[in-house]
Amino acid sequence: MDHSDSVKASVPSYLKEAQMIKQGAEARVYRGTFLGRSVIIKERFPKLYRHPEVDEKLTRRRTTQEVRSILRCRRAGINAPVVYFVDYTTHCIFLEDIIHSVSVKDHIASAQASEQNPQHLQTLADKIGETLAQMHDEDVIHGDLTTSNMLLVSGAEDQNMKLVLIDFGLSYISALPEDKGVDLYVLEKAFLSTHPKTETLFERLLKSYTASSKKSSVVLKKLDEVRLRGRKRSMVG
Amino acid sequence: MNFPINFIQAFSKAILAVVMVLQPASVRSNMTVVIGFEGSANKIGVGIIRDGEVLSNPRRTYITPPGQGFLPGETAKHHRSVILTVLQEALDEAGLKAEDIDCVAYTKGPGMGAPLVTVAIVARTVAQLWGKPLLGVNHCIGHIEMGRLITNAQNPTVLYVSGGNTQVIAYSERRYRIFGETIDIAVGNCLDRFARVIKISNDPSPGYNIEQMAKKGTKYIELPYTVKGMDVSFSGILSYIEDAAHKMLSTSQCTPEDLCFSLQETVFAMLVEITERAMAHCGSQEVLIVGGVGCNLRLQEMMGVMCKERGARLFATDESFCIDNGAMIAQAGWEMFCSGHVTELSDSWITQRYRTDEVEVTWRD
Repeated sequence: MDHSDSVKASVPSYLKEAQMIKQGAEARVYRGTFLGRSVIIKERFPKLYRHPEVDEKLTRRRTTQEVRSILRCRRAGINAPVVYFVDYTTHCIFLEDIIHSVSVKDHIASAQASEQNPQHLQTLADKIGETLAQMHDEDVIHGDLTTSNMLLVSGAEDQNMKLVLIDFGLSYISALPEDKGVDLYVLEKAFLSTHPKTETLFERLLKSYTASSKKSSVVLKKLDEVRLRGRKRSMVG
Repeated sequence: MNFPINFIQAFSKAILAVVMVLQPASVRSNMTVVIGFEGSANKIGVGIIRDGEVLSNPRRTYITPPGQGFLPGETAKHHRSVILTVLQEALDEAGLKAEDIDCVAYTKGPGMGAPLVTVAIVARTVAQLWGKPLLGVNHCIGHIEMGRLITNAQNPTVLYVSGGNTQVIAYSERRYRIFGETIDIAVGNCLDRFARVIKISNDPSPGYNIEQMAKKGTKYIELPYTVKGMDVSFSGILSYIEDAAHKMLSTSQCTPEDLCFSLQETVFAMLVEITERAMAHCGSQEVLIVGGVGCNLRLQEMMGVMCKERGARLFATDESFCIDNGAMIAQAGWEMFCSGHVTELSDSWITQRYRTDEVEVTWRD
């Protein structure tokens, strides 16, 4: 297959030296070094199942959107990795390596398994709500909010809990309450399907969001609408 | 009144022997036979399953002229006119009689109201006539259980795509949880409505004809691509391509084959993407495609490429099981019946909206 051969030939040298740590749905993630720092290299490799034109347009759009959204968040004081460099020919982004962290997904799973300290999870929910409110007030739509895309930097006590948002691959800029509502809906679905019996925790998250955001009431109304929409699909078209 | 012990034992054994001879064949041989009735859209099917074996699975499809979709009232009328014939076929092909059936399963929902009611009435009547328990089955779960039976996939991420549904499902803690879905219309609905715009024949199905035309398409037309996290949206691409069809075909900028090709490439890429996301999230190494759109070989091909890249396995079934059929309802019914479910007559209503995750899956751990 011609397409894949030419693609394999152009694997950049810095990737050959880096260590792959995960293959997500969107990209391969490597750990490497860049100008003496430990970095995460996110490579959006070509998806062979897609038509080449679909693939190229989509990949370029997502790389650009991701970087723009991260920068916008950081400027507003929201924790997101530093962007060191972007290679637009290979669609690679060089990001700050957030060391000593655990994903919120793993954290909730282990907290639920050990059944200790329910208060701790409440504080986490508050923090997530607060962070998302800040992000939405900046008109950044994450687009792929899941508990796998939030990191908790370990060693931080409850009061100084550091939450870092990652994986802005589907993000874009929008002021529409509809888009923010859908953003929260995506998180709600991912949250409840991955962590069963956490409905009250999510409610708390939304309360914290409402308290921290200046434009929350419209957004939450849209969230209610979107929730119903999923259930009202007409079979007759 | 002191009968000797051995006399009582001999007498009870005799009674037991007589009772056993009078039982239906299935109980005697410890097998469970379930008949399933399906008619939630334009396909009406009756199928019989005995302990994981498909004994019969006849089906009829209500096909409308090109440019027209199927409406609830007319679809129900079609089902009414053929259902008893199909039922007789099912019994004859399986070589069974009414008394051989252990349970009557039917589609409780989701689907179109009038056709669902038509089929439910027949199921209820037959259950009462034969004196058998009833079971209301979720249509989506029917697809999943049939897929699992036929392919033997252990714990796959399921992509369920049809004219009425588009969901990515994974099993977890006694529920088939919906990880991703369409936030507006189903992918099959998008394809069917596009087929109407360019007046493609609905025989055997609009999706099949789009697939054949797409094979001849060469030019890729850029279409909107809408994935929101784990969810997808098709109404935008539908209105865009309906518009594009009128403009581009009248100015001969492209052929209908090119449009079919471009539409498939775009919507299927979206489906493969959300499936891959769910797999990454769950750490799954198996994919199962079910539902009418799952027959599409291009979709299977694309999914296969994605799976190969991840080292995962792809499972798919052929059109007799992908497309709505009675046996899938029978199979889900079989699982439910064997784990103790039964639907009381008073609970045997139908519903147009029935979420896949509403059912407690007691037959899996």
